[in-house]
Amino acid sequence: MKTKEENKTLERRDFIQSTARISLALCIGGLGGLVASKSKAGDYVWQIDPFKCTQCGRCADECVLTPSAVKCIHALQLCGYCDLCGGYFKPGVMDLNTGGENQLCPTAAIKRSFIEEPFFEYTIDEDLCIGCGICVEGCSSFGNGSLHLQIVHDLCVNCNQCAIAQMCPSDAISRVPADKAYKVKGDFTNT
Amino acid sequence: MKKNTLKILTVLTGILISVVSFAQQRFPRPDFESDYQAPSLIMPEPRQGFMEYIDVFILFIVLSLTTWFVLKRRSRKSVLYLSIFTLIYFGFYRNGCICSIGAIQNVTLSLVDPTYAISLSALAFFMLPLLFALFAGRVFCGGACPLGAIQDLIIIKPISLPVGVRKALGLIPYLYLGLSILYAATQTDFIICRYDPFVGIFRMDAPFNMLVLGGSFLIVGMFVGRPYCRFLCPYGVLLNWMSSVSKKHLTITPSECIDCKLCEHSCPMDAINKPVADPVSKKKDIKRLVFSVALIPVWMLIGGFILSQSHVYLSKANRTVKLAELLITNPELKNDPDHIDVQTFLTAGKTMENLVEEASIIRQQFYWGGWIVGGFLGLAFGLIFSRKTIYRHRKDYEPDKGNCVSCARCMDYCPVGKPDFDTIMKQIN
Repeated sequence: MKTKEENKTLERRDFIQSTARISLALCIGGLGGLVASKSKAGDYVWQIDPFKCTQCGRCADECVLTPSAVKCIHALQLCGYCDLCGGYFKPGVMDLNTGGENQLCPTAAIKRSFIEEPFFEYTIDEDLCIGCGICVEGCSSFGNGSLHLQIVHDLCVNCNQCAIAQMCPSDAISRVPADKAYKVKGDFTNT
Repeated sequence: MKKNTLKILTVLTGILISVVSFAQQRFPRPDFESDYQAPSLIMPEPRQGFMEYIDVFILFIVLSLTTWFVLKRRSRKSVLYLSIFTLIYFGFYRNGCICSIGAIQNVTLSLVDPTYAISLSALAFFMLPLLFALFAGRVFCGGACPLGAIQDLIIIKPISLPVGVRKALGLIPYLYLGLSILYAATQTDFIICRYDPFVGIFRMDAPFNMLVLGGSFLIVGMFVGRPYCRFLCPYGVLLNWMSSVSKKHLTITPSECIDCKLCEHSCPMDAINKPVADPVSKKKDIKRLVFSVALIPVWMLIGGFILSQSHVYLSKANRTVKLAELLITNPELKNDPDHIDVQTFLTAGKTMENLVEEASIIRQQFYWGGWIVGGFLGLAFGLIFSRKTIYRHRKDYEPDKGNCVSCARCMDYCPVGKPDFDTIMKQIN
């Protein structure tokens, strides 16, 4: 049997608790409403803007995945199919052949195949590419810039905060709506 | 070898980039005589948009099931199976992202950054566990949190920590919450995600230091129940507030507590409150309470002062501030071709004045943010301190509503209502 005083204490406790509960509910309701008013449907993904990228090489090291989810991709419609490819060969190379000592790529991820005299096609083996951007640098400096880095979304785990974006010196990585996940170079204008 | 090539290339292109812009077609696309067709570039699509709503739906189902298991079915086994499912789905399958803990930062960022719109699923992940906590206690921690699940499953021989240690370590989450909001609001970093100890295990891939951190949490977690949840988790702070005033909460006993003391050591998280004897003098307690409440503004001022004074150190984590500081203290770095950040800054064409101005704005944000976060910490400390002075009469063993994570272990220890209970009681009497 509860005494009268105990009942009173319990009633008071209940009253304080329900007041606090209602005010907390109002708080999170208000916060939720405020945030929801500017929220949007659809997820975000991370994207590299190849026009901002300065090929510093951090994409290869800073990604939480090993190897990085950043890969070099090749926009072939921009490629000049050069025999002396600035993205494939080391500067000052003597013989234009596929010898390992001539290749810029540290993992030999670029495949060079003959098409017709004097043109060669360059394709990327995504499994070998580590996203270091060395070829991108060569291609952008000496060639057309058709090689560029992109975050590949079947590999990317879509971290809440991209570890590479945090370290990117040129702020080239940003959140974008998932329906516009890639910014593939297709034109020489930055649109 | 790779480093050397990199060095040569940086030097080469450092010179080249300043001369040539790469946005030009130096070599036109050839007209092929053979019937060569360039293979088309197909990029793999990101995860389907509707999948994230499935995640929200599963979270809702798991939360509802946990609520039912702890409040109505009163079954530890069911909660255990559910947390294994959570670990597999939200942990290993979804790689621990997005989670409610990290969503604090998304909510903060969407409040301060007009260009960032939070996705509805992230908002739902933030709100749902809080709402459930308001009505049923921390069912999220018990059944729906992958970080909680991985720690809950490895508790082997939990030891009970002294109250003082518990209270002192229990202040860390407040600091972590304050700092994570400060860093998210200044758009510096998402520290909750960066220092998430278990996400590396979920992904089975992480930098070495994260694996060491995660591993040590798991090793400590064998002997101290849920160390991350109790002494670090910033979301736990919010859940603790909600749960303290929750409408319903799990109870150790289904009906009347018989003070058998069987459950006394059942909780690995030390979240069971023992019965308290009547107070010696109520008057003294009231005096102490008034005194400690009056002290709260002092704590807030002290906290605000300390954190705002350390804004220079806190802001070092910001990239802009770091770069500006670096260039002011070491101007000779501008001639260092190997320093990536400095070289990128120089080629980007921003002036030093711009950078310094940006950095000082961010530092000011840290200064005022430091006052707010410090004040919040002082308030939290003051309230916890004053709460200790409030006398609360308790006859039975009860779960501590704020700290209980609804794992439902204690229920198995309670003999009341178990099949043989009545017959045994009759024999005793």
